[in-house]
Amino acid sequence: MEIILSAAIGILSASGIWLLLRPRSFQVIIGLCLLSYAVNLFIFSMGRLTPGAPPIMPKGGFVDPTRYADPLPQALVLTAIVISFATTALFLVVMIASRGMTGTDHVDGKERSQ
Amino acid sequence: MISEHLIIAPILIPFVVGALMLLYDDRQRQAKFWLSLVSVAAQLLIAVELVVRAKTGGDISDAEGISFYLLGDWAAPFGIVLVLDRLAAMMLVLTALLAIPSLVYSGAGWARQGPHYYSLFQFLLVGLNGAFLTGDIFNLFVFFEILLAASYGLLLHGSGQLRVRAGLHYIAINLAASLLFLIGVALIYGVTGTLNMAHLANLISAMPGEDRPLLHAGVAILAIAFLVKAGSWPLNFWLPTAYMAAAAPVGAMFAIMTKVGVYAILRLAMLLFGETGGASAGFGAGVLILLGMATILFGLLGILASQSLGRMAAHSVLVSSGTVLGITGFALAGGGQAMLAGALYYMVGSVLATGALFLLIEPMNREDGGIAAMLALTADAYGIDDSEIDEVPDVGLAIPGTMTVLGICFALCVLMLAGLPPLPGFIGKIAMIQPLIEQSALPAGFAWSFVALLILSGFATLIGMARIGIQTFWANDVPLPRVLAFEIAPIIALLVVLSLISFKAEAMLRYTIGTAHALHDTAAYAYGVFATPRAADRPDDEGEAQE
Repeated sequence: MEIILSAAIGILSASGIWLLLRPRSFQVIIGLCLLSYAVNLFIFSMGRLTPGAPPIMPKGGFVDPTRYADPLPQALVLTAIVISFATTALFLVVMIASRGMTGTDHVDGKERSQ
Repeated sequence: MISEHLIIAPILIPFVVGALMLLYDDRQRQAKFWLSLVSVAAQLLIAVELVVRAKTGGDISDAEGISFYLLGDWAAPFGIVLVLDRLAAMMLVLTALLAIPSLVYSGAGWARQGPHYYSLFQFLLVGLNGAFLTGDIFNLFVFFEILLAASYGLLLHGSGQLRVRAGLHYIAINLAASLLFLIGVALIYGVTGTLNMAHLANLISAMPGEDRPLLHAGVAILAIAFLVKAGSWPLNFWLPTAYMAAAAPVGAMFAIMTKVGVYAILRLAMLLFGETGGASAGFGAGVLILLGMATILFGLLGILASQSLGRMAAHSVLVSSGTVLGITGFALAGGGQAMLAGALYYMVGSVLATGALFLLIEPMNREDGGIAAMLALTADAYGIDDSEIDEVPDVGLAIPGTMTVLGICFALCVLMLAGLPPLPGFIGKIAMIQPLIEQSALPAGFAWSFVALLILSGFATLIGMARIGIQTFWANDVPLPRVLAFEIAPIIALLVVLSLISFKAEAMLRYTIGTAHALHDTAAYAYGVFATPRAADRPDDEGEAQE
């Protein structure tokens, strides 16, 4: 499982970085999305991978923490997802505004040949 | 009881006010302006009160004036804490001092150019104040995102092709930096199992050797995210364009946004890699010094090469950022408290001066009917018909002797940024240079080249700014610009504050020396959090525990 997860994170971030460095704003935004998926998976994996363990502990009594997954990274991932979703949406709006104003989808607002 | 909740007020006040103003549309602009002004004024008063508290010691925990506030009343390493110490209090005052003039300035016209300006402004303050107060790394991320989200809106305020293009770059870079921030946070959590800064500072001295490289990697990635915000050299090519494109009052507020990055680096570096850092002590000091020097160099070359005042002001932001970054590196390498105190003093002065300069740019370059033309342009972009614009004429009286007043203000800004007496730039630079030359713990080559760069940057600022000043005030035959009292008053107020800092230099330096001392002596910060009792455990107020 570790291999699969780390390969997934690696592939996502590699493609994300490549797309981020492309000149079209659509590629940039997809690159940012892929990167944020990779980062979210990475945060999640920092709570260690524990198959079949619930993150929520029962109330009262003795609790053996080794039988439960770390809930904190999961909470962090939720926050990170919400924030990156919102900022990506905002970026999309700016991108569309830029497309409308400049008539090109190049990130610099003008084609290179011009 | 009220007084202990005062710590969270700088976050709550702008948050509530900003959210409240979202409910009304922009026809209520006048009311919104006064409401925002009351909000920032309250923040200034509270920040001053918090400074007094940080100086004398709070009533909650007397760990050398550091007060802690447990959010949701969770015990220390499990919940999020707000920490008020001398540095945080100073930054809060600085934020409020900069916010009031730029708010008043924007009330004179800029706020009319787009929707919900005042709300965005308040949310920016939420993010700034929160970032200065929080004692938790992930919470720091959240406040960074709040201030960035607000700054995206503010940067695009007024629209126009230039702003949208600069905004696109600004947003893309900051989104990527936020992702780096998250990777760093996750790595630190994975290694140490905590995100509380004080808890981290506790753990680091006893950390096993094989875990250290991973922690270092995590902190270094985190630092890259902060360096992007601080405008450090190889990560700052977006900054001059974005700051130049921003509306004048927004540019003034952006002057402190780079300092948030510097603040985060200073706070974390001193806490984690200070003298108590064990085997990690001094980690990254050399990199910070080199990056600081490279940033100053980039800034000073930029100032010399700039053809417009806006670009020049943006580069002077870089110079001031680079200076504080470099000194942070020296302090981390064991340079002592005196130079850090000087750097903090310099930072306050330079933030206010660059703020004033950003406000000055627009009136200086305004030709007849400048703002009216701009308003008309924006009206076109929004598809608003002219009649609505005409309803709100430029209220307020135009000041007499415009060019004289503007010229004097400009000259004072130049004196400050170039580091000439009698303004704080000079005192701050002396306070940094003297310890740099005197002490011997650092490699002499570094210290001397840093001193040389400091002096050179002042010289370059003087040359660049004097050139622009001559073009604008002496060699220009354009008709006199019409500048409103509302626009010049904030600039004068900022300059008055600057000269006050200069008059009160001794008291101020005493405060920053105390701050530098507290930054070096991390024990009070690192252990104080755990000594803070939960409200529920305190016997005297049962009622509060139920909240």
